[in-house]
Amino acid sequence: MIPTPDLSHLNSKDFRNIYEPAEDTFLLLDALEQDQDELRALHPSICLELGSGSGCVTTFLGSLLKPSLAYMVTTDINPHAAIATMATGRKNGISIDTVETSLVQGLLPRMRHSIDVLCFNPPYAVTPSSEIAGNGIEVSWAGGIDGREVIDATLPFVKELLSEKGIFYLLLVSDNKPDEVVRLLQEDGFNAHICLQRLAGREKQLIVKVTRRT
Amino acid sequence: MRLITHNMLQCHVKNCNDNNFPLRLEEVEVELIEADFQPEFLQNIVGKLEWPAFVNTAVQLGNTSLPATIPDNAKDNEEFLKVLHSALLETHVQQGKMVCPNCSHVYPIKDGIPNMLLAEHEI
Repeated sequence: MIPTPDLSHLNSKDFRNIYEPAEDTFLLLDALEQDQDELRALHPSICLELGSGSGCVTTFLGSLLKPSLAYMVTTDINPHAAIATMATGRKNGISIDTVETSLVQGLLPRMRHSIDVLCFNPPYAVTPSSEIAGNGIEVSWAGGIDGREVIDATLPFVKELLSEKGIFYLLLVSDNKPDEVVRLLQEDGFNAHICLQRLAGREKQLIVKVTRRT
Repeated sequence: MRLITHNMLQCHVKNCNDNNFPLRLEEVEVELIEADFQPEFLQNIVGKLEWPAFVNTAVQLGNTSLPATIPDNAKDNEEFLKVLHSALLETHVQQGKMVCPNCSHVYPIKDGIPNMLLAEHEI
């Protein structure tokens, strides 16, 4: 068992500004845990998470890979989330560097084809498109039409970022038309399949696992 | 921000495409924080660095211990791996700014977090 990250340094006031880990976060942790042997055998040197929020996912991944060390780096457009991610890493003994940015702006071209593990729990909720702009807590969930606008903006970067051996874990909900996302990734030359799914209330949440076709 | 992250960041202002890496560090506060020495990780990551940029940045911060080129025997050279470890993973830029050598755009670093966000008109 890999311990769920200790988030006791964050309180309800922090969670007014950053996304509090919930069922979706834990589904992503479970997908990583399910693949723990594969992830350790991969010996990743760079792990990137987009929109890391509290930092729960990257901290968990860093713990899973221990005693091996990888360069753990995350981005978030929300400054509160960037601070929280660093703090969660510190609290749990995982060194994480966080960049305050939108998705991967500023990280390319340097990170081209060098990400061994890429994680993204995107803003997936169906909302009016106008709610996507901003840098507060609303950007942690507002996904626009079909909840897909930020997801679709991110997909072209996957090809840029993933290393030859890289794995991408993407959380989606049924509103996002996951089969269509899988097909888009396959058309882009990737292996993509749903590796884990679960009902959270009325919402079906799932994890798409993506690798380069060999 | 560790220097490994600095080595990954490049100016992304619209139409700023040449000479936009590495970002120049200015008015920085640096802190050295001890980290576990992991030779295997260093052996893997060294090939992913832009070496001259990394060496120049370390020199800007007063660290002249890195060789100008990666030694041929880097993987077994413990002395080299140790200076690499210290510069790459133990050197944290806590405050300051990064300036694009081409367009002079300033990216601030606050509490160890570099801010790469641009205003709408700069993207």
